[in-house]
Amino acid sequence: MREISKTRVEDTRNKILDIIKSPTLTHEQKVANLANAADSLMEVLDVPEGLEELLSPGIEEKCICDLFEGQAPVRPRYIIPDYAKFLKEGSEFLQLKPPTDLMEALNHLLIFYKHVPSVTNFPVYVGQLDELLEPFIDTVPEDVAKKLLKMFFVHMDRTILDSFSHANIGPKATKAGYLILEVEKELEQAVPNLTLKYDPKVTEDEFALAAVECALHSAKPSFANHEMFSKELTSEYVIASCYNGLPYGGGSYTLCRLILSNIAKRSKDLKDFKENQLPYVCDIMARYMDARIKFEVEESGFFEHNFLAKEGFIHRDRFSAMFGLVGLAECVNILMEKEGKAGKRFGHDEEANDLGVEIMDQIYAFNENHHNPYCEITGGHFLLHAQVGIAEDVNVSPGVRIPIGEEPKELVDHLLVLSRFHKYFPSGVGDIFPIDLTVHKNPEFVLDIVKGSFAKDLRYLSFYSSESDVIRITGYLVKRSEIEKLSSGQAVLQDTTALGMGAAKNGHILERKIR
Amino acid sequence: MKAVVNHILPFSSVDGPGNRTVIFFQGCNLDCKYCHNPETRNLCGHCGDCVKSCPTGALLKRENKVVYQKDKCVDCDTCIKVCKQGASPKTKEMTAKEIFAAVKKQIPFIRGITVSGGECSLYPQVVEELFVLAKEAGLSTLMDSNGMISFKEYPGLLQYTDGVMLDIKCFKEKDHIKITGHPNTMVLENAAYLAQLNKLEEVRMVIVPDLYEGKESVKKTGEFLRKFPGFEKIRIKLIAFRPMGVRKEYAHYKTPEQESLEEMRSLLQKMGFETIILI
Ligand code: SF4
Ligand code: SF4
Repeated sequence: MREISKTRVEDTRNKILDIIKSPTLTHEQKVANLANAADSLMEVLDVPEGLEELLSPGIEEKCICDLFEGQAPVRPRYIIPDYAKFLKEGSEFLQLKPPTDLMEALNHLLIFYKHVPSVTNFPVYVGQLDELLEPFIDTVPEDVAKKLLKMFFVHMDRTILDSFSHANIGPKATKAGYLILEVEKELEQAVPNLTLKYDPKVTEDEFALAAVECALHSAKPSFANHEMFSKELTSEYVIASCYNGLPYGGGSYTLCRLILSNIAKRSKDLKDFKENQLPYVCDIMARYMDARIKFEVEESGFFEHNFLAKEGFIHRDRFSAMFGLVGLAECVNILMEKEGKAGKRFGHDEEANDLGVEIMDQIYAFNENHHNPYCEITGGHFLLHAQVGIAEDVNVSPGVRIPIGEEPKELVDHLLVLSRFHKYFPSGVGDIFPIDLTVHKNPEFVLDIVKGSFAKDLRYLSFYSSESDVIRITGYLVKRSEIEKLSSGQAVLQDTTALGMGAAKNGHILERKIR
Repeated sequence: MKAVVNHILPFSSVDGPGNRTVIFFQGCNLDCKYCHNPETRNLCGHCGDCVKSCPTGALLKRENKVVYQKDKCVDCDTCIKVCKQGASPKTKEMTAKEIFAAVKKQIPFIRGITVSGGECSLYPQVVEELFVLAKEAGLSTLMDSNGMISFKEYPGLLQYTDGVMLDIKCFKEKDHIKITGHPNTMVLENAAYLAQLNKLEEVRMVIVPDLYEGKESVKKTGEFLRKFPGFEKIRIKLIAFRPMGVRKEYAHYKTPEQESLEEMRSLLQKMGFETIILI
């Protein structure tokens, strides 16, 4: 372990005092932040030379961001337990036998969730709930089932204090699936996030339409292109956290992101960007991720000692890592300016969009050539990820999105641009569309758009009504009313509300073009 | 053969089932007081009044014709407000092929197209040609029409039309004349003809309490349609008058009470209509 300076210790101590005294953090949020502060004093990773200069500047300059993963990862960033195995066999460590009815199944799951770590300390994946619960759904009368499910979801919303947790349903319609949609529509809650794995060849229209109806009330579920994800990650994939496609029974060790706009800023011109700056930053980020993974696998002891691994709920060799990026739009615009083509903007001009594709091809090729010994499940490579942004991001659009305020006038033009970019990101990319309330009367309108989009290689779409309280920030959900509470200085239950408030300010998410 | 097109809306959720591209033709053979798009009623007479009013210089007068330059237009709609003819300088003459080229971009996001207006039936040949192309591409085809031409005389057009969404502005002849300037004999004849062919997709009624007795008209219309087998499936849309877009002299009409619309809905429900939409 390397030494650190006295000033860094003092700074951290001040930070700790601020956390302790904070009027807006809840107790749980304080504990989590205190742990991060302690972790920030560690120096154990074997990081590549040159990282510091790319990682530590402010948001206007930094080229790599490690998304608060800390200095000494104590667990993988995202963990995707095999809940089916748990419900089938129970758990020795948790002293639970397999459940025999719906009440036990739900209770078992709620217990299990408290033991699934993640970067936020809350489970980022809570299971393929329709398949998990379908075998138990007829063990009680239907009205009781609905009531139990309602309590289950309320319990999650009030105890998983972070809307990066994600449940999945589909692609096939089930009784449990319908009930889940019904309950979610009534509850209008932020947690958990919900995705319908959708395949027009497998999913009945009626079920998909019920999902649209639910989404226009509670901003969920989102729609995942099941065929596309299955091809890349096999049918054993899940959608976790914001919209991250990950292998079942495994997860992601880490997620770091390139801030492409800042890489463009430090480039002399397009040539310098492509030949020097982008390859240089990609290489350092990949080796930084290698270092994190090495520590997690070889030193942290997580995979030897945690009951999830010991009992086979997760498998070390089903983990991969996410090579993220943000700010493609700004990156393209900056490079076009440097080439003297300032008016040609990403999302609108063919040449600008083509440049976006070239940049993505280059990053894709880089990743294909980088090898990590512990990402066997994905061929020894990382998975590209269009990261959704964080509250502090200023003038950096999430992933490959067209900046808010610059969306093409017609939705069809918007979708056609996106259709060139979604395919690069097996571990997630997504776009969000607020929909005018008139379509409440025509959910088939939304479903037609989803069908067309998936036929055009889009991967993941979210909709919400322009008038609903629950809204999608960048990938996660927040209640407008909770943002208002927080901005007036009151403490709120979920930590994602603060992120949403930052995003509303810096990311202009309340100004999205309404479709 | 060309038709004058006001504009093409790539995605619409309110012009038939699912997501559709809508083609709004220019010109109309009625003159409804409450028209929500009065600028679509007539063809431009090239008087030039609007040219000076354009803030961006998108309009020019060349060889006695008004020329519209789309790339300079910021869609402020000043020209439309200025025009005293009920027209727009922003229209475009297009062949069916040209219109279809603009539709194609939306495939596969749409399930069909709807022709509207103005009044689409003023261009029966172009619409028929367009529908043939749409059918070849697997799209469904709907007409949104005021029913003032005799559909009987266009069997070719109907062959490629999946359904007609028909306005019945008012059932009582006298009131129909008051609202539109024309009698409704042809409209009702068409309603009957289309209903028999199973091509009456939707019937629309705009409710304007200041103009005519809505409940009475809705009741009579319902009774009229009920004679045809399969009438239950005809979608009924009751549209509350709103002043948005309406000419100044008629914008003072009142919006109907939600309660009275609900009454009309239950009336129709009792008659057996399955889908009644209030807008
Ligand atoms: S809408 Fe009419 S007045 Fe306004 S910029 Fe366009 S052409 Fe000119
Ligand atoms: S749009 Fe109206 S005002 Fe303009 S030239 Fe034509 S008729 Fe005249």
